[in-house]
Amino acid sequence: MKNTLRTKFKRGSMVGVASAGATALLLTGCGAAPDSGSTATNTASDYSGCIVSDSGGFDDQSFNQSSYEGLKKTEKDLGIKVNQVESKTNNDFEPNLRAMVTAGCDLTITVGYLLGDVTKAQATANPNSHFAIIDVGYPTPIANVKPIIYDTAQAAFLAGYLAAGSTKTGTVATFGGIKIPTVTIFMDGYADGVKYYNEKKGKNVKVLGWDKAAQDGSFTGDFEKQDVGKQLTQNFLDQGADIVMPVAGPVGKGAGAALNEAKAAGKDVKLIWVDSDGFLTAPDYKDIMLSSVMKQMGEAVETVVKEDKDGKFTNTPYVGTLANDGVQLAPFHSFDSQVPAELKSELDQIKKDIVDGKLKVESAASPKV
Amino acid sequence: MPDEDRPKHVDQHAKPHEKSVAAEETAAVAAVDTAGGAISPSAVPATAQSGKLPGGPDTLLRKIFTGSGVVSVLAVLLALILGGLLIAATDERVATTSGYLFARPTDFLSAVWNAATRSYIALFQGSVFNPRGSGLAVQFAPLMETLTIATPLITAGLGVALAFRAGLFNIGAQGQIIMAGILAAWVGFALHLPLGLHLLLVLVAGIVGGALWGGLVGLLKARTGAHEVILTIMFNYIALYFLRYLLNTPAFQRPGESNPISPILDPTAVYPQIFGSQYRLHLGFILAIAATVLVWWLLNRSTVGFEFRAVGANPKAALTAGINVSRSTILVMAIAGALAGMSGVAQVAGTEKVLTDGVAATYGFDAITVALLGRSTPWGTFAAGLLFGAFRAGAVQMQIQTGTPIDIVLVVQSLIVLFIAAPPLVRAIFGLNPRRKKPAAAGKSQQAATTGGAA
Repeated sequence: MKNTLRTKFKRGSMVGVASAGATALLLTGCGAAPDSGSTATNTASDYSGCIVSDSGGFDDQSFNQSSYEGLKKTEKDLGIKVNQVESKTNNDFEPNLRAMVTAGCDLTITVGYLLGDVTKAQATANPNSHFAIIDVGYPTPIANVKPIIYDTAQAAFLAGYLAAGSTKTGTVATFGGIKIPTVTIFMDGYADGVKYYNEKKGKNVKVLGWDKAAQDGSFTGDFEKQDVGKQLTQNFLDQGADIVMPVAGPVGKGAGAALNEAKAAGKDVKLIWVDSDGFLTAPDYKDIMLSSVMKQMGEAVETVVKEDKDGKFTNTPYVGTLANDGVQLAPFHSFDSQVPAELKSELDQIKKDIVDGKLKVESAASPKV
Repeated sequence: MPDEDRPKHVDQHAKPHEKSVAAEETAAVAAVDTAGGAISPSAVPATAQSGKLPGGPDTLLRKIFTGSGVVSVLAVLLALILGGLLIAATDERVATTSGYLFARPTDFLSAVWNAATRSYIALFQGSVFNPRGSGLAVQFAPLMETLTIATPLITAGLGVALAFRAGLFNIGAQGQIIMAGILAAWVGFALHLPLGLHLLLVLVAGIVGGALWGGLVGLLKARTGAHEVILTIMFNYIALYFLRYLLNTPAFQRPGESNPISPILDPTAVYPQIFGSQYRLHLGFILAIAATVLVWWLLNRSTVGFEFRAVGANPKAALTAGINVSRSTILVMAIAGALAGMSGVAQVAGTEKVLTDGVAATYGFDAITVALLGRSTPWGTFAAGLLFGAFRAGAVQMQIQTGTPIDIVLVVQSLIVLFIAAPPLVRAIFGLNPRRKKPAAAGKSQQAATTGGAA
């Protein structure tokens, strides 16, 4: 009896679900059918630009994503074909890159140092295809590979100076995701910026999380665990820091969360974002976003694709600097009124000095060109 | 066919139709639990009795791991169908045609069909045979790629399967691959030895590395009673962070660079490519076949293997029968580790040729699925490894040709696990569950089915 009842109920509910589904279909599915015929769109150019991600994928809110978006933009602007393939693990790099070359890509962009060897091997095996690789500089140049690298320390130097000039507690902090050159170069520049401020002003602003001389500091261990980033940031806050620059991709959100909590508790804290303008890309932390150290990867990719399409490919590395706006300090946005005019003009002067070569920003991780 | 499976297997085939499958299974499991009724069932679940008796038969896991092969095949089929629907659901053409579904329903249906078939054809072309290639050599390149990717999956899967047959749920393949990779890679780039000897030493170093890492778990389990699931998970972390630490030391970095990536292995230290340099397929695949044969022999023909299976079936009974359960536990974990170690060697000496912190990829965890799908039999695992290799290899082509995200393959893999873990569900979908004639009589067994099939 119980069974029968249950079956009835079940059937009843099934009918209900089915009718609801049918209603939904009726509502959504009663548009007019378009004229049949060719819907193929013309592509203006036969040129195809391709991109292979590292295991972060194109939604990593970091260099894979910026590079991909840069390439996607050229699809519209230059009317080229774009082909992309994501790697899930290190094992996917070689098959992915091979597939891209076989698919007839004119230029293939690979992202990150992990693809360095594979790109080199495929470039050597396919001398007629062009490649560009983000964040890798080869000791001996390869004829058909263009490295896209960044002297990020220059922009991070400005961020360090800005942080030192804005701190209320006299202590600022930074931490990284994994100790690799593309991360530590931010931390080097940041620490040097603070040091420069101390020398100029006779102050003693402390930097937590990175010791440039020892090349060692605080790292979360990966680019995934946001809770570790949050914990580290809380530790920094406990030690008196009020400005934090996380160099850890998405883990930076953990820092943002910790700082938002501190702000809610009445503390005056600020965040410095990296890679992109965090005010725009990480809006959850708008209210604490002092500025960002930007690597303009999208623009670089666009430039390289355009050059190659116009037949002007070279293997000379593209080095993003303050001079060519490849690296930048983002606008202050809502903090604009709180940054003193004096500090702003000092930052402009430092930027000018770096561009002119009067002020050298050095890092062990700087691109050697 | 393994001995302890035999009665259950026979039961399932010869079962009278008025009896429910669930009752059969419950009975079969009970028989395994109590050595066919020779000893009374324990009040405490075997898994909860740590210490004296390692390797208690975890009934549910056991059922999942050693169920019938038909369910495996059906699970794969079902997962592919659902995956196809998912592909169709995210397809643009399907979305547009659904807008005028009633004006011209054929458009919608053909769009659904096209989206799914296009993706699966690309998957096939990327993993087995590409008819658009010029010449047989290029046409069969995808198959070679499948075998290449399957190599580490097979050996690591064998490790998981073997441990499972001895009643141990080995989640530690990931860590074992990493430790093997570290040792093998170090021998490969730091030592400079003549051809032949160098590769042999790389292989030995890898196998020893994996065996030590696995054996240590066995030792801790046998001596202290710590649960192998917890041990292996923690050992995975230890191995990974140890690797990351090493990659930050100059000894494991390229001279003059500070990226966490090791020097490239010497040419004398890498597996030769079986069919020439145009394919990535390397000697490791032959070794994987050899390992499969070896594990088959070990399990079905050797005394040690018999002991493993006896301990796996019922450690108490095995102990009573005079089998050294501690020794079996340590040995089986060491062999499982050695097999996973072969995957580590396949990675550093076969495909990657460098050591990075992604050396194990996700093979250690995929291996669990592979062993699961292969029902913990050596050749089943081999076949499952090939299937997963094909998925992985084909996913690249699928992504390039049709823009289907690579994640679809992960979804299909996960669905397979889901369906394998729920045999009654799969049987119900395909109408394989026998009809119950008398609801009153089936009442009790139905309850058993609910508990039994809960996961």
